[in-house]
Amino acid sequence: MFWNALTLQLGYNATLVTIGATLLGIAAGVTGTFLYLRKRALVSDAISHATLPGVGIAFMLMVLLGGDGRALPGLLLGAAVSSWVGLLCVSWLTQRTRLSEDAAIGAVLSVFFGFGIVLLTVIQTMGAGRAAGLESFLLGATAGMLFNDALVIAGGGALTLVAVLILRRPMTLLAFDPEYAAARGINVGRMDLAIMALALAVTVIGLKIVGLILIVAMLIIPPVTARFWTERTDHMVMITGLCGGLAAWIGAGLSAVAPAMPTGPIIVLVSFGLFVASLLLAPNRGVLAVYLRHVRFQRRVHLRQGLLALAQGQPIYEAYTVRLLKQAGLAHADGVPTEAGRARAAKALRDEKRWELVRADQAFESAAALYDGLRDIETVLTGDQISEIDQRIGGPQGVAS
Amino acid sequence: MSLEVAANMGATPKAEIPADSPMVIRGMTVSYGQKPVVFSVDMTVAEGSMTAIIGPNGAGKSTLLKAALGIVQPLAGQALVFGKPLQSARHRIAYVPQRASVDWDFPTRVIDVVLMGLYRELGLLRRIRPHHIEKARACLERVGMTDFADRQIGQLSGGQQQRVFLARALAQEADLYLLDEPFAGVDAATEKAIIDVLKSLRSEGKTVVAVHHDLTTVRSYFDRVFLINTRKMAEGTVDDAFTSENLNQTYGGRLATGQIDQLELAAG
Amino acid sequence: MSGEEFVPLSLTPMLIGVLAAVACALPGNFLVLRKQALIGDAISHVVLPGIVVAFLITGVVAAAPMMLGAAGAALVSVVMIEAIRRLGNIEPGAAMGLTFTTLFAAGVLLLEQSDTSSVHLDVEHALYGNLESLIWLDAIGWESLLDPVALAGLPPELGRVVIALLGVCAFLWLFWRPLVLSTFDESFAQAMGIATNRVGVALVMVAALAAVAAFDAVGSIIVIAMFICPPAAARLMTNRLEHQVGWSVVFAVLSAVFGYVFAGYGPLWLGFDNAVSAAGMIATVSGIILAIAACFAPHRHRSGAPAV
Repeated sequence: MFWNALTLQLGYNATLVTIGATLLGIAAGVTGTFLYLRKRALVSDAISHATLPGVGIAFMLMVLLGGDGRALPGLLLGAAVSSWVGLLCVSWLTQRTRLSEDAAIGAVLSVFFGFGIVLLTVIQTMGAGRAAGLESFLLGATAGMLFNDALVIAGGGALTLVAVLILRRPMTLLAFDPEYAAARGINVGRMDLAIMALALAVTVIGLKIVGLILIVAMLIIPPVTARFWTERTDHMVMITGLCGGLAAWIGAGLSAVAPAMPTGPIIVLVSFGLFVASLLLAPNRGVLAVYLRHVRFQRRVHLRQGLLALAQGQPIYEAYTVRLLKQAGLAHADGVPTEAGRARAAKALRDEKRWELVRADQAFESAAALYDGLRDIETVLTGDQISEIDQRIGGPQGVAS
Repeated sequence: MSLEVAANMGATPKAEIPADSPMVIRGMTVSYGQKPVVFSVDMTVAEGSMTAIIGPNGAGKSTLLKAALGIVQPLAGQALVFGKPLQSARHRIAYVPQRASVDWDFPTRVIDVVLMGLYRELGLLRRIRPHHIEKARACLERVGMTDFADRQIGQLSGGQQQRVFLARALAQEADLYLLDEPFAGVDAATEKAIIDVLKSLRSEGKTVVAVHHDLTTVRSYFDRVFLINTRKMAEGTVDDAFTSENLNQTYGGRLATGQIDQLELAAG
Repeated sequence: MSGEEFVPLSLTPMLIGVLAAVACALPGNFLVLRKQALIGDAISHVVLPGIVVAFLITGVVAAAPMMLGAAGAALVSVVMIEAIRRLGNIEPGAAMGLTFTTLFAAGVLLLEQSDTSSVHLDVEHALYGNLESLIWLDAIGWESLLDPVALAGLPPELGRVVIALLGVCAFLWLFWRPLVLSTFDESFAQAMGIATNRVGVALVMVAALAAVAAFDAVGSIIVIAMFICPPAAARLMTNRLEHQVGWSVVFAVLSAVFGYVFAGYGPLWLGFDNAVSAAGMIATVSGIILAIAACFAPHRHRSGAPAV
């Protein structure tokens, strides 16, 4: 069954929703990358909550005009307009008053959402039953969706994705280095606006699938996940699209099979699973890798400091240092160096002296920049250069490397 | 390995450390990520002295102070304050952070900031009495800011902000004053006011350590220097340690020769 | 309006709304100053999974386990945000968004999967509560305030909100100085020996306490609005922290009272029959107050020299 859902063999609606969700997941991930890199991830929270009053007003207008209040295109249009107003409020509050962006976002999202709730209760009084389904915008619901609605979602997802793909180059440039982007003739203000507009489009189209509270996750989680795997903006955009699309595809598939599993939460949880795996296991930035690196690094620091102290006949104050030296066979438990320890210590001190000269001499500037107190000097200088420095130091020559 | 090399590196054998020195730092290493900013640094602050911590940008000057105060966690090393671990001697230290580390839009007045210096005396719940206010005002007076006591801090200029921070440190009535870039971006009048206060502290027998970046004023402001560029490069009186050779080592040739010539350096 | 009508039907909901609003606005002042306003947002979202888990474990819809569950969820979310932020080196906003959406999604899924049809537990209730239902049936008029029998019939939510408010006040009174110090100048506070990390966590936990108690009575949407809007508006009124806290209380009370009144009677004045959501209206009024403050308040602009 699940396989059937993933391979789009469960009827028109489920197929359209799965395709729409996947396209939307990709578009959301890619758009979210730029929000994340511009450090404005939570603006999406304001955008999504601010859709609610628009949905309510659009419904009331359509009913007043004698139409069907639940026509999806109309509701989405209303959602787009009101969240645009919400965005304007956020930027007005941050620019014109002393409030910081987080307070502005929080104020807008809660007030718009609260007002939206008021409108929903008004609609409930307009006539029983007619408002049914509007609540689904809170959490999303794809079960029992009309064919036309599914078409709107699939089409909207595709259009958003195309727009993201067209704009990805200037947006990448902007996220990477705003000043350089401006120098290249990109209108930074307008491009930021475009990012917001795309986030808004993703939100509005995602409303029916995942609901306004969880759509935020589709914009935030994939970029954070992708960040663990790469340092390059263009790669990050691709990985995010992949994560977002994958999560949405699996999520939509699962919920098509099991109607008790609402699409939105499943998508979010799949996405979170990808994130946790990346957080723990990513090769460079993952927790495991970072921890192992830190332990190794701390050992190196303590060993080095211990050796330098031995060479200078200073006492070693920290028990951990002594323990490490002892394990390496460089010192006895009382901190007295062994034969090997003495040799290594002398080498460490000599290296330190060599570094000192290297760092004082402008001729070695590029090598000196690599100094971190730990690096072996042989890794940055040639043998000739080292012996030249040793000449300058004077004293005993040819200390064993 | 010759002992002479060891002496050049500024190693301080244990026997020379006075037990009651205001601050002794031993084997301090701090790293951000995989790059040590401060590596295996020893420092001994002489009582009643004014010491400048000098070094290029990113050389670990502020980080060394913060590690000594327990504000950043060192990878290795420890600091002793008046011969005791930091926790039991905090009340003897006054700290002046970098001015830029604070949100000056915070809703509070100048006098309230100075009163923060009395936190150890006031504790959680003791009420602020008139004599506390008197003390805070006296501290403001010493830095020439009496007229600003009731101002909102957001209305101050950079130099005035720095003076308020110094007044807060004075209110702590400490024995050791640690200042992080007290002269960064302040006007000439403020610089003079601050150095006057610091010198009067020294004449009262207090100890002052300041992160400093203006080499031209080192000689006239301070009596001791501590040169650092990730490692300790030199330590001692201005006459002994503030030499062109040491500066060249510390700044790694980044200092133009012409600059050094203007510094009335001691003969290297 | 007469006492016979007002006291049983409107007094307690209004009082609960006011107390809940104040309990949230007080810690909100510090959240806003610390640029952690959205922690309030995160806390109010994770309350849902907390109560769902509490229900699944105990099998009953009772106040005590649910509040414990909500408090537990708030704690989990704070730990999760910190862990993700530090372990993954991720900016706080993204860590927050990631955490609360995930926990909320888990809550919705658990709710859908478990059989809660027999009990009153749904997402809408969690979001906007049901302030209007917290009536005092035993009251017959103002004189009931002195009648021990009638007083025993007060809605239990009232007692819980009062306790939460007292807890919040006690915390602020006791830890005012370390809070202010670590909010204004963290490194100085640390040099003074204040454990600023612990102060920060304590503040968030107190905010969670207020959120849980308020949520129980009025739903989570009010909670976010009350954490942020009254303190933000108050910040624009004054340049002194003590006064700001005072203004925030005033704004919280105004929002709650006018919000409740507009929700209950506004539609009647306009010729409709039914009241609208009080929680939503309280949030709306707090937003209107903030908008007015942002346009006219005396200290709405940033002042003075730039930081560097």
